Amino acid sequence: MTGVQNKTPLTHGIDIDSMKREQSGESLLNQKAALEVDNLNLYYGPKQALNSISMKIPEKRVTAFIGPSGCGKSTLLRCFNRMNDLVEGCRIEGQIRLNGKNIFDRDVDVAMLRRRVGMVFQKANPFPKSIYENVAYGLRLGGISKKSVLDDTVEWALRGAALWDEVKDRLDDSALGLSGGQQQRLVIARSIAIQPEVILLDEPCSALDPISTLKVEELINELKNQYTIVIVTHNMQQAARVSDYTAFMYIGDLIELSTTDQLFTKPAKKQTEDYITGRYG
Amino acid sequence: MTTEYKSHISSQFNAELEDVRQRVLAMGGLVEQQLVDATRALMELDADLSDQVINNDDKVDQLEIMIDEECSRILARRQPTASDLRLVYAVIKTITDLERIGDEAQKVAMMARELASQERLREHMMETQHLSRQVSQMVRDALDAFARMDAESALAVVREDVVIDREYESLMRQCITYMMEEPRTIRRVMDLIWCVRALERIGDHAKNIAEYVIYFVKGKDVRHSTLEEKEREVHRQ
Repeated sequence: MTGVQNKTPLTHGIDIDSMKREQSGESLLNQKAALEVDNLNLYYGPKQALNSISMKIPEKRVTAFIGPSGCGKSTLLRCFNRMNDLVEGCRIEGQIRLNGKNIFDRDVDVAMLRRRVGMVFQKANPFPKSIYENVAYGLRLGGISKKSVLDDTVEWALRGAALWDEVKDRLDDSALGLSGGQQQRLVIARSIAIQPEVILLDEPCSALDPISTLKVEELINELKNQYTIVIVTHNMQQAARVSDYTAFMYIGDLIELSTTDQLFTKPAKKQTEDYITGRYG
Repeated sequence: MTTEYKSHISSQFNAELEDVRQRVLAMGGLVEQQLVDATRALMELDADLSDQVINNDDKVDQLEIMIDEECSRILARRQPTASDLRLVYAVIKTITDLERIGDEAQKVAMMARELASQERLREHMMETQHLSRQVSQMVRDALDAFARMDAESALAVVREDVVIDREYESLMRQCITYMMEEPRTIRRVMDLIWCVRALERIGDHAKNIAEYVIYFVKGKDVRHSTLEEKEREVHRQ
């Protein structure tokens, strides 16, 4: 009886306010930041590549960087795990804080930082080892040698990267025998195996066919529940599909950072509008 | 604003957007003509002209389908963003309202044919004529705002609708009074009421089109907001 009584018509349950909130997307201001960039300037020798960038990268969300070639988006991405340390003549001013701690501080262990902030590159770069060893490599470096732990983690990471079903019967085969799309997902599996906090993706799909691209995008969508993801892409539609927030950069400046919905329907800046509609230049 | 959409790097995309815009204006022109003919048929109780309007409605429908197809093709192939996306969106919404204006004009023509076979009701035609002129002007203004993508003139169209609604109310009251005074005219006055109603609806559709223009220019959906809210939105920098 009570079941019948409590049953209100579906139409009465429509809550317009919460639907509106859902559709409008979360504002950046309410988001907890995983990475905070504070007045960052970067120079390659005498040339300034980034001009006082300040931004917050929200935690457990996908943030995309878009902009024409040479705008500094990859440079900025590489700052997040200090890959630019390796570039000769590169000088950085300002701060990037990972959960509150400046990553440029003297006491920061760069190897440790890179375990917390993983990176995947444009071209898949698996090690010339077996599929299994590629994923287990970081774990072994971290001092884990127990077979059962390694087995479990490798399976978990490969499942997480949506690759398990395709490779479970040939884990000992060379990783170089995989297709480009599989290699890229393997590299992503390798980076999530050590459970980083942030995953940086530098044009992860630019060498992949459309179906592999969709698989990687699907993967990004699943990974964002656990990781903060920052992706640099030349493909604007991809940024529109996968990201929650989009930053548009132009010649070393951050022009606009807003929700992806807002940026692709009603950008605040004329420069952004011109770029995303294909009018710049 | 009008020339901006022509500045794509892809000249083919420019051509497609320009093409779809031209077709909307052509459809608007046809609908406007239908409305003018329908009201003339009503004033002059011209059955032949009524038939012509009724037959022409098919063209309006065909145009709607064609433009819709064109828009879905652009969405599929170009994935427009920002103002391009808003333009395509505004076009898709606009042609729905244009098609409905066409339907209402057809209704007026049908009533005109009906009234043509009955005894005349001269005195009421005068006020209806006034309303129909205002409504035609409003449709023209809405199309003009669309052609120039001008939010300010779109706002003027929204204001016109207030006047139309007032006019409609007073015509309704007159019709009711007339029916009470002379019950034997009820049938004819009822037919006239349908026409007046159709004209009022056309005003609403023209207002909708104006709202899509504001959406395109300002990026803000102003449907179902008050006139004051719309004014604030249009004048926001």
